[in-house]
Amino acid sequence: MSSVEAPAVRKTALNAVHRQMGAKMVEFNGWDMPVEYPASIGCGIINEHMAVRTGVGIFDVSHMGDIRLAGPQALAAAQHISMNDASKLAVDQAQYSALLYPQGTFVDDVIVHRLGEDEYLLVINAGTREKDFNWVRDNTRQFDCAVENLSDDYTQIAIQGPKAVNLLQKLTDANLSAVKFYWVTRGRLCGLDDILMGRTGYTAEDGFEIYIPADESTSARVWYAILDAGKEFGVVPCGLGARNTLRLEGKLPLYGHEISDTINVWEAGLDRFCKMEKPEFIGREALEKAKSAGIKRTLVGLEMVERGIARDGYKVLDDAGREIGYVTSGSPAPFLKKNIALAYVPVEHSAVGTKLKVEVRNQGVEAVVVPTPFYRRPKKTA
Amino acid sequence: MPYPTDRKYTKEHEWIQVNGNSATVGITDYAQESLGDIVFVETPKVGAELAAGKTFGTVESVKAVSDLFAPASGTVTEVNADLATSPEKVNKDPHGSWMVRMTLKNPGELDALLSAADYEKFVAEEAGH
Repeated sequence: MSSVEAPAVRKTALNAVHRQMGAKMVEFNGWDMPVEYPASIGCGIINEHMAVRTGVGIFDVSHMGDIRLAGPQALAAAQHISMNDASKLAVDQAQYSALLYPQGTFVDDVIVHRLGEDEYLLVINAGTREKDFNWVRDNTRQFDCAVENLSDDYTQIAIQGPKAVNLLQKLTDANLSAVKFYWVTRGRLCGLDDILMGRTGYTAEDGFEIYIPADESTSARVWYAILDAGKEFGVVPCGLGARNTLRLEGKLPLYGHEISDTINVWEAGLDRFCKMEKPEFIGREALEKAKSAGIKRTLVGLEMVERGIARDGYKVLDDAGREIGYVTSGSPAPFLKKNIALAYVPVEHSAVGTKLKVEVRNQGVEAVVVPTPFYRRPKKTA
Repeated sequence: MPYPTDRKYTKEHEWIQVNGNSATVGITDYAQESLGDIVFVETPKVGAELAAGKTFGTVESVKAVSDLFAPASGTVTEVNADLATSPEKVNKDPHGSWMVRMTLKNPGELDALLSAADYEKFVAEEAGH
């Protein structure tokens, strides 16, 4: 049996563009990716973050993977391997979901798009591309359904922020205002026909993710066309740094941090995306047992009270200084202007208002459990 | 940004400006550029003893935590309190936003540090890698 393996360091089709724009590049999950763009063009993590909260920013997210399920039993396959209820999806609708191990822990989180009667597209994380594809293929063999890895076929660009819809509308004939959050449409974009555009993202803001052909010249042409069309909205290119702070403010989980192969759905607090009324899916039985046994630890939001920044992996202490948990993601929150963190702590220490400490350079720094998400985008008044 | 020639530099990207028996310490333009948006500067208290080459504080940007290394040994006489509330000044003016002032224990230690020209060469190589 052949498995797909990951090459050493990979580059997206926009790599040369990022370098040309002066982006600071880092290795992320085996990918050479921009972490931030230079201050000289109005960027840097804080400016990029604020642009997405108040205007619009664009991200190269081509490192994300794409798996297509197609065939008479595509729905049955999707239902078997994912925890949300894909049967609730209309054509052109999408949902947040996850692929689980039989233990009820995470293979990955995914967005499941229903693209046709018997066609689904799973958008998966960069660091888990090969693992996910092999896992999906191996666990759908019993279904009459083709599994295709389309990860290298698309350049995926996220256009995010309250002005994203206005920006993208300038470049396409599709009526974007008619596309609801977590729905997709297709249309002509920058002279390319039949381009998939989903109203999805990873920033806790309104926005779109578009899927264009992965050749370098088309990718660069569309990237610059978006930046050009977005000038009037103050668009900036954004890197992984801002992507992380934006998703953290919105409490969107990151694989390897809030979710992993040792954390289950209940601990991660993703109950509302897990449909136990479905008769069967991988992980369901273990989750049933875990639910009746009750969870011991849970994911909480922390806000630092004293001066200090919680970082990934730092220890969480109780009021008396005993180690009780750990930070999964921690950072200054540029829009909220607070130092925030997500952490796993025992359930008895998880109530909002509980005083805890985070160990920063061998010192317990005061923090408090706060409601999450830390940031919720304002509701549209129209 | 040109590196001022009135001071010396470390390979850990601090600068030190000597004035008689005392000195002022900060981080370089290259350091602030690599860190990105600086949001936190932690310096020792007045009276703290610094040892050359050892850590004496921390600078944090949105994404990174970085130690400060003492360019020379001595005693802290003043800290730049301004940076506790406005750490972003280090990004805007790295060679003017000093972090601590100190009295030098052994000014001869400075001989081992880099000149502006050598530091510039050093960061050019580092950036090339």
